[in-house]
Amino acid sequence: MNLSFFDQFMSPHLMGIPLTLLSLLLPTLLLPAPNNRWVTNRLSTLQLWLLNTITKQLMTPLNKKAHKWALILTSLMTMLLAINLLGLLPYTFTPTTQLSMNMALAFPLWLATLLTGLRNQPSISIGHLLPEGTPTPLIPALILIETTSLLIRPLALGVRLTANLTAGHLLIQLISTAVMALLPIMPVMSTLTAMILFLLTILEIAVAMIQAYVFVLLLTLYLQENI
Amino acid sequence: MLLDVKLGQLPTWLAMRDFTPGGVVGALRRGYDRYFNKYINVKKGGLGGISMLLASYVVVSYIWSYSHLKHDRHRKYH
Repeated sequence: MNLSFFDQFMSPHLMGIPLTLLSLLLPTLLLPAPNNRWVTNRLSTLQLWLLNTITKQLMTPLNKKAHKWALILTSLMTMLLAINLLGLLPYTFTPTTQLSMNMALAFPLWLATLLTGLRNQPSISIGHLLPEGTPTPLIPALILIETTSLLIRPLALGVRLTANLTAGHLLIQLISTAVMALLPIMPVMSTLTAMILFLLTILEIAVAMIQAYVFVLLLTLYLQENI
Repeated sequence: MLLDVKLGQLPTWLAMRDFTPGGVVGALRRGYDRYFNKYINVKKGGLGGISMLLASYVVVSYIWSYSHLKHDRHRKYH
């Protein structure tokens, strides 16, 4: 028996032409460039408000030097938000369910924060490996633990985003399969399962937004330590 | 401009079109600008502008994955 539950995560192809780039570039259609008018259209106003809120929220804890990262972090947040939310529409493909893409986003950015810290303030960056007030016998073990924790950060960033989105999409597909299968047999159970599906969809919308936010927030935290 | 072409003149019109990559991009850009300026770049744009974009995205995704979906038609266990 061939399971088709994972087919939604296959990269879309049209007669052999990979469409992944197209589905990655789609959110740009929904983000129009603001024009020079004083009062723009509603979509631009809403988006400018959203971008300003995101930027203020992310950049306030950071010092002046870190504000150079504002553009890349805000655009990353917008892209992840758009891709995650668009993936909740039926039949669409979510690029962030692919581990390759999330690792490609997480690894270079984390490495950039690490190298910034090691280059500009090496002793402070390495000093983060030992929390204050540790008892002396514990120091070697704790340094090893902190180093492992540091090195596993990009993996955790990538896998967190992938796993959350993949699990959500799979759950939606499984529960909707259950609803359709129960419908001719036990309509009452089918209705109850449909209510669970409704709640799950609301959860998935929230998860899509939260996961994008968490990804970028953790990057700002790593940046705070190192810049 | 396509709506102004008479049906008999269609092959001539097609031959006049610019099918270079730059021309295709220009045509897509003009089409997008027309949609954008009509439905989204208005002071009180409503929900319809983006909903049409999202609905067309859903339809296009369905078409792209149709060759994969048609195996599920007569399957007993999905």
